[in-house]
Amino acid sequence: MNPNYLDFEQPIAELEVKIEELTNVGSEADMDISQEIETLKQKSKRLTEKIFSNLSPWDVVRIARHPLRPHAIDYINEIFSEFDELHGDRHFGDDKAIIGGVARLEGSPVMVIGQEKGRAVKEKVHRNFGMPKPEGYRKALRLMELAERFHMPIITLIDTPGAFPGIDSEERGISEAIAKNLAVMSRLKTPIICVVVGEGSSGGALGIGVGDHLAMLQYSTYFVISPEGCANIIWKSSDYSAEAAKAMGVTSTVLEELNLVDATIQEPLGGAHRDMRQIVASVKAHILDQLKDLSSLTTEDLLDRRYTRLMSYGGQ
Amino acid sequence: MSWMDKILPAGIGQSAGERVNVPEGLWHKCVKCEAILYRPDLENNQHVCPKCDHHMRIRARERLSNFLDNEASREILSEIEPVDQLKFKDKRRYRDRISGAQKITGERDALVAMEGSLKGMPVVCTAFEFDFLGGSMGYAVGEKFTCAAQLSLSTGVPFICFSASGGARMQEALISLMQMAKTSAVIEKLHQASVPYISVMTDPIYGGVSASLALLGDINIAEPDARAGFAGPNVIEQTIREKLPKGFQRSEFLLEHGALDMIVHRKDLRDTISRLLSKLSGDNWAKERDQLSEFNDESIRPRVLPPEESIDFSDS
Repeated sequence: MNPNYLDFEQPIAELEVKIEELTNVGSEADMDISQEIETLKQKSKRLTEKIFSNLSPWDVVRIARHPLRPHAIDYINEIFSEFDELHGDRHFGDDKAIIGGVARLEGSPVMVIGQEKGRAVKEKVHRNFGMPKPEGYRKALRLMELAERFHMPIITLIDTPGAFPGIDSEERGISEAIAKNLAVMSRLKTPIICVVVGEGSSGGALGIGVGDHLAMLQYSTYFVISPEGCANIIWKSSDYSAEAAKAMGVTSTVLEELNLVDATIQEPLGGAHRDMRQIVASVKAHILDQLKDLSSLTTEDLLDRRYTRLMSYGGQ
Repeated sequence: MSWMDKILPAGIGQSAGERVNVPEGLWHKCVKCEAILYRPDLENNQHVCPKCDHHMRIRARERLSNFLDNEASREILSEIEPVDQLKFKDKRRYRDRISGAQKITGERDALVAMEGSLKGMPVVCTAFEFDFLGGSMGYAVGEKFTCAAQLSLSTGVPFICFSASGGARMQEALISLMQMAKTSAVIEKLHQASVPYISVMTDPIYGGVSASLALLGDINIAEPDARAGFAGPNVIEQTIREKLPKGFQRSEFLLEHGALDMIVHRKDLRDTISRLLSKLSGDNWAKERDQLSEFNDESIRPRVLPPEESIDFSDS
């Protein structure tokens, strides 16, 4: 088992290893085996297409949490230039699970805020596995208000297993911190674009997720409670996570139908982790498109539109 | 006949087959002090234990009728019904869960809204029905809350909500989550229009309701010893693998950590809230200013420095 691949990806992993071996052999032995390599690549592509055309909602949840999946930090580095990270909520501390700062998008200043899970073990701990505490949401709010003052659009990248459930979180008012963000984001006088790039878990995700446009990556997920949590409550066992994921409709396909999500950004074949450059380009193009539309609106229209959208949630 | 029957006066002892029928539920045991309480007494005491002051759960309608002036209150928005957009099914169909809850409670969903008055002051007031699927918030609750708040907004009448909820309703998945954004947005409108919103938290308040409407009051009140928090205690214990401190997530804990303005005994809610609202919503200062200006007394007018008296900070 290759730990960097999910179980249903293992056949692809085996082929990819073979392709890599052959490529190495070819270059060392000075033989022309490009034909064989090409055949294997075609085979791998067909296999990937087959596997990915038949993903269950639970499979999508697992791709959204894939160990190789691009994180907020990757998108920030690749999409924006001149990123200056800004720290701290000015009250308590600096939450490493939320990264934020000013940057340029195709030359224009923007505020970008993202939830970062961290990749290596040490960094995961440093980032608290992407689980923000109240100071994270308060930092995000401070930065968003700053963006409003200086007329910068806000872009948020959502990827969290949820707000941190801990004693300190509760002591410092995690509920209030999230609630306040929901309230204020509904009226900030600047365009807000939210993109779920990985896992959008419940209030912890929504805390930076209210805006004018909500997009999801094709294999990202957004839910009110994790499938494991839902399974634990209903079936008293997380073995039923796949059933829970299906029942809740945690993918963009269902959520777009319910009019909760505005758009799906297509991912490269095999998921974002198989072609970082392509996914970065798609996300960037999508954000630019949306910004173009949103910046043509007057502030009043922008806010009316956002409010009407919020009020429509759940209506048929 | 036993010796006992012989010494008891007629009508007191009971022989088999001739048991006296005690009406179901005439007595109630307090869960906290275990006192056996006579139910009519308990009802007269608004379901607060007369022995230990434990605040028991109270039905939404009873809550509202105790709180509002009797003669002037009228239910509103009763036509809003739950919708099963996802056709959610776990061990049971969500539709069946809804109809079961409707039968038990006699309510269409978990929120009751009324237009009425509090000591003569017009108010719009909502209360969560905890017995309806744990007071969970799905579309119908979010929608009713929002519409009731809109009514407050358009009439300028203070808005009050008694919350008691386990959080967002799992069976409506992301639709429930978005109700957090929706309710928070309408509360922000109230704030901006200076229409008072009083949030009263009653046992228990968790998850999505805590992280939205419950903690966004101009004034946040809780009943004594109510449990309130973002994550449930079990989730926190499992995450941090520590025992939780005594009194954790109780009203007193929230007050101590600055999340609440006050803890108010159920019998004092009417007095306290009406006193607060009369201070918040009366335009008393404007009236006073008008009266003062009639006297035309220079000494009590705010004094604005005429230009020649202003201090010159320049170096000259």
